[in-house]
Amino acid sequence: MQYQSQAVAKPYFIAAIGLFVGQILFGLILGAQYVLGDFLFPEIPFNVARMVHTNLLIVWLLFGFMGGAYYMIPEEAETELASPKLALAMFWIFLVAGAATIVGYLAVPYATLAELTGNNLVETMGREFLEQPLPTKVGIVVVALAFLFNITLTVLKGKKTAIATVLLIGLWGLAVFFLFAFYNPVNIVIDKFFWWWTVHLWVEGVWELILGSFLAFVLIKTTGVDREVIEKWLYVIVTLTLITGIIGTGHHYYWIGTPEYWQWWGSIFSALEPIPFFAMTVFAFAMVNRRRREHPNKVAVLWALGTGVMAFLGAGVWGFLHTLAPVNFYTHGTQITAAHGHMAFYGAYVMVVLMMISYAMPILRGRAANSNKSQVLEMWAFWLMTVAMVFITLFLTAAGILQVWLQRASDAPLPFMVAQDKIALFYWMREWSGVVFLIGLILYILSFFVEDKEEKAA
Amino acid sequence: MSGAFTKSMARNIFYGGTVFFFLLFLALSFDTHSQLPKRDMRANITPQIAEGKKLWEVNNCIGCHTLMGEGAYFAPELMNVVVRYGDEGTKAFIQARPKEGIPGRRSMPQFNFTDEQLDAIVAFLKHVNSINAANWPPNDQG
Repeated sequence: MQYQSQAVAKPYFIAAIGLFVGQILFGLILGAQYVLGDFLFPEIPFNVARMVHTNLLIVWLLFGFMGGAYYMIPEEAETELASPKLALAMFWIFLVAGAATIVGYLAVPYATLAELTGNNLVETMGREFLEQPLPTKVGIVVVALAFLFNITLTVLKGKKTAIATVLLIGLWGLAVFFLFAFYNPVNIVIDKFFWWWTVHLWVEGVWELILGSFLAFVLIKTTGVDREVIEKWLYVIVTLTLITGIIGTGHHYYWIGTPEYWQWWGSIFSALEPIPFFAMTVFAFAMVNRRRREHPNKVAVLWALGTGVMAFLGAGVWGFLHTLAPVNFYTHGTQITAAHGHMAFYGAYVMVVLMMISYAMPILRGRAANSNKSQVLEMWAFWLMTVAMVFITLFLTAAGILQVWLQRASDAPLPFMVAQDKIALFYWMREWSGVVFLIGLILYILSFFVEDKEEKAA
Repeated sequence: MSGAFTKSMARNIFYGGTVFFFLLFLALSFDTHSQLPKRDMRANITPQIAEGKKLWEVNNCIGCHTLMGEGAYFAPELMNVVVRYGDEGTKAFIQARPKEGIPGRRSMPQFNFTDEQLDAIVAFLKHVNSINAANWPPNDQG
């Protein structure tokens, strides 16, 4: 690597992968509970497993974002990281806080956890994705601020490239919008209104800036295409992201007590949200086609192309599928949402972090790219996980369409659980797709330990 | 993507566009908040309803259920549960959950709520059901 301090990225990436494994194992538990209702009950009820599944996802993606930023920023700014020690200290704080939170979820009933961790002081818990106890939420803020301080200082003392600027805006936005996690008014409509300022403005706003910035960085490195061209694309993509995504928040304001005009604003702007994702796909393919060099790390390029395509399908197409208000009236809060959520998160954020790891990890381990054998194994992992996710999404979509039909659209609507029983077949198929995903993940991890005998002999 | 359209033009459009649409979003949000009192029934929020909301949160109900369509999709929508079960039926259902679950079925934990807590939860759910949510959910099944 070019700068010594980039090495702090390594523990972040390792932790990210470790927590990713935990996320998938709990995903399989959840999938099983969908069809074997009493599986692990009452020891691990569905809500607990789901918190672990979604919170691990958020935390490992944050580890990936931070690791990616620590790797990328010194190279972009052309200077050592302001404080590698602070970065390492924050790594341990975040890891311990994250692990303690998960143990808390599993060890005691949630209400007890709330009681023990000062939820009576500031009531922030028990809202989807923001279930973390108060100390964890404060910890996230502390770690995020120290991290931002570190990389902002690095950029300020070094070169200020467009890629670094977009990343900084994305990360600062991430920290600022997380502050709404502390605002929980007793009026549930206002509670929900601002809850989306964290959740939506993260995943359909500032996180996309992080995604675009990482993608641009890896494309410059692997294709050798002129920085001017890539950074112009990046600006166009993030412009499209924010001018569609910010007002696009309105697609969450259809049925939560907010005025009906959001049905227009939300439908129109969120219908445009696939455009930046489409631009990202075109961007990735155009840059790879115009490449001026053959980078030895072929699998990193595969992840880069993959994240473009899968983010477009998952976030763009599957998002559009249910974003228009008259459609959403029927699909809101069904398995259609779950289908979209799975493919969007995988395509946009899981794959971009894995792309970053795929590109950076070999360099952090002292080589430009992994051996051919290791790369081939990682490509198997790529295809198994990606195809498995496509099938998970298709099965959940089928389940969702049937659910909408049976429970909401037919002449004689069925009760929720009656409808669920009728679509169990699709939940079974989703679960088996999840097993294939896990196999892909195991191969992914094995790819780090493949040694090339020829290389060693030489 | 070449010729006259330069990187600095792209950058300016990015900053200008972002600021413009964020301000538009703030304006819409501001307008929304001026309209909300007519829709969110805030005048009716009692300490009991507030207590119900807290119980809803600290027992992580949203980890299985949806409320106004938001949450997990493992268990029924609860915005209109009082329409389906009535006040007493809702309380009886929560109270009757077996500690060890129902063999082979999705089971709700036994939370051991007191009568006051059950009243608060139902008051909260009834309050949510009174909010003007543009005629959602589509039917009584949620």
